[in-house]
Amino acid sequence: MNFDRIKEKLNILADAAKYDVSCSSSGSKRQNKGKGLGDSSGMGICHSYTEDGRCVSLLKILLTNHCIFDCAYCVTRKSNDIQRAAFKVQEVVDLTINFYRRNYIEGLFLSSGIFKSPDTTMERLVQVAKKLRLEENFNGYIHLKSIPGASDELMHEAGLYADRLSVNIEIPTREGLKLLAPDKDRKDFLQPMKKVKDEIIRHKSEKKIIKSTPKFAPAGQSTQMIVGATNETDAQVMYTAAYFYKKYQMKRVYYSGYIPVSYDPRLPSIGTDVPLLRENRLYQADWLMRFYGFSIEELLNKEHPNLDSDVDPKLGWALRNLHLFPVDVNKADKQMLARIPGLGMKSVYKILGARKYRNLNWEHLKKIGVALNRAKYFMVCNSKEWEKKDLSAMNIKSLILQNSSSKFRNTYNNQLNLFDKQDALIQY
Amino acid sequence: MIFIYDASFEGFLSAVFMAYEYKCKQPKIVKKEKFMGDFFEEVEEVITSEEKATRVWKKVKAKCGSRGNQQIYWAFLSELDEIENTLFQYIQHALASTKDITKDYAHPAVLKVAQTVKQVGREKHRMDAFVRFRKTKDAIYFATVEPDFNVLPLNAKHFKNRYADQKWCIYDLKRNYGIFYDLENVEIIQLDLPASILETSTDFFTTEEIQFQHLWKNYFDSTNIKSRKNTKLHQQHVPKRYWKYLSEKYL
Repeated sequence: MNFDRIKEKLNILADAAKYDVSCSSSGSKRQNKGKGLGDSSGMGICHSYTEDGRCVSLLKILLTNHCIFDCAYCVTRKSNDIQRAAFKVQEVVDLTINFYRRNYIEGLFLSSGIFKSPDTTMERLVQVAKKLRLEENFNGYIHLKSIPGASDELMHEAGLYADRLSVNIEIPTREGLKLLAPDKDRKDFLQPMKKVKDEIIRHKSEKKIIKSTPKFAPAGQSTQMIVGATNETDAQVMYTAAYFYKKYQMKRVYYSGYIPVSYDPRLPSIGTDVPLLRENRLYQADWLMRFYGFSIEELLNKEHPNLDSDVDPKLGWALRNLHLFPVDVNKADKQMLARIPGLGMKSVYKILGARKYRNLNWEHLKKIGVALNRAKYFMVCNSKEWEKKDLSAMNIKSLILQNSSSKFRNTYNNQLNLFDKQDALIQY
Repeated sequence: MIFIYDASFEGFLSAVFMAYEYKCKQPKIVKKEKFMGDFFEEVEEVITSEEKATRVWKKVKAKCGSRGNQQIYWAFLSELDEIENTLFQYIQHALASTKDITKDYAHPAVLKVAQTVKQVGREKHRMDAFVRFRKTKDAIYFATVEPDFNVLPLNAKHFKNRYADQKWCIYDLKRNYGIFYDLENVEIIQLDLPASILETSTDFFTTEEIQFQHLWKNYFDSTNIKSRKNTKLHQQHVPKRYWKYLSEKYL
């Protein structure tokens, strides 16, 4: 191995791959049988965290950053004047194995710029995965990018070796895509996605009859959207996400606050802050949809096309629906407990467990570790005291904001000030 | 009454058995090495007995299932001061109750045990994540750690499943023992390690090893997004006390 050359390539191709936010390595059930290397049957492991606080679980690299496309939002776009590099198939295999053996990573996340044609690129990605599985007997996690426009045959082969496949739709709206990536067609993203979805369903049903049916992308599909690159609303982003969860049975949709990489006038200029708070709120809404039984219409609709910035989406929903509260924690069912602001699913399960033994009061809840600062306004328990009394939604909101802190406080205070100023201008 | 035992898990369970035998409702169970002597209380030395330990173990299982067993073992590995006494109250509560008490979080001992188990689980998971193997000249993947709790017995299975085709050793410098996999079984070993073991010297390790550490460090730096810097979150996930074992942090 020529370490100096590899180091140079690794720097370029890891740097270019970092805008893909997925690092998930769970949900695969690929067991190590017959003394091979690796096992991804348990939960995912984050082996380290970068200084931006994101988890490092996979070796996330591009095969090459040569690209024939010129998407404005992408750092590897054809017209961008950057250093280009390309890994050989064997180099990626060696790096993955050597990192894995030292317990640095859970596996490989391989993406690529599109060189020559979508099929040539996809074929090369599949080669890496195939080599790892068949020659190295590797059972670690492999996430491959589905290249938009790749043929069904290649997507089928990819699914046989990869744990997860993903196509990033990147821009939530059709108009946005047309503006920023004129040579790309939404159809090209959807075709491999559909192929993979159909194959997953087919393999699952065959597996029920013939046990030896091979695994097909056992950790499912995911996709990613950039937020804040075009002027889309939160509702547009989340309705698109909901569509992909339902129609394509996505395991995950990731939201990535746009990081300015270009002086292109169609995009926020370099130096603009990454919309971290917005990204955070979108993930909260995503979780409410997937794990808390909320429907998208409850969180975002014509009257509320954007999520609140100063309160989380569950609290926002509860304040709009005060008639459903307070909830009795000793009686309410799981679904309703999960709707109390401040209660996570872990607390919900603890309450469900503990209340079998005795009626819970505030003291019990506090000891169990339920965060009451938000929740107390929305629930009653085995105690005469009750916090809400006759407070209005505005009162509750300001009480909660007074008694909590957030690193985003400055962000939304600024935003509020901005609105105040705008209002002032309008008045004049 | 004070029961002093040999620090082993079987020893602790034997102590529980004896306390019941003596009808002692509020025993203090103390590791022999930690016992400072006591003038006022009666002291009993526990003889570790596999038979007695097994009887307590099975009784708990009958009441609370294997989850009850697991909770007790994991909490025991925390080595926290007086965890033995909490565990005794836990077992007392389990045996006195007609139903499975493992989720009775409003009971102080159950809550304390559940919290301790969570801490131990977190440390176990951190070891799964933060162990960094270095390849020695005789082709053993070798790692040193200093976990807050005595979690290596819990890690063995994970590493055995994952690295079935390579010899590896994870050594706990704080407790001076390690787990070693010889391609067949995982065994507990004790080694005399030189003080310089944290340095990757070519006396012990392959030259390639240092190159891979640098590659990893390079990768770690390249994958960081500067405009999203969040040091607080970074340190929360990778507490400083683990940094000396992580090549991406110390190089």
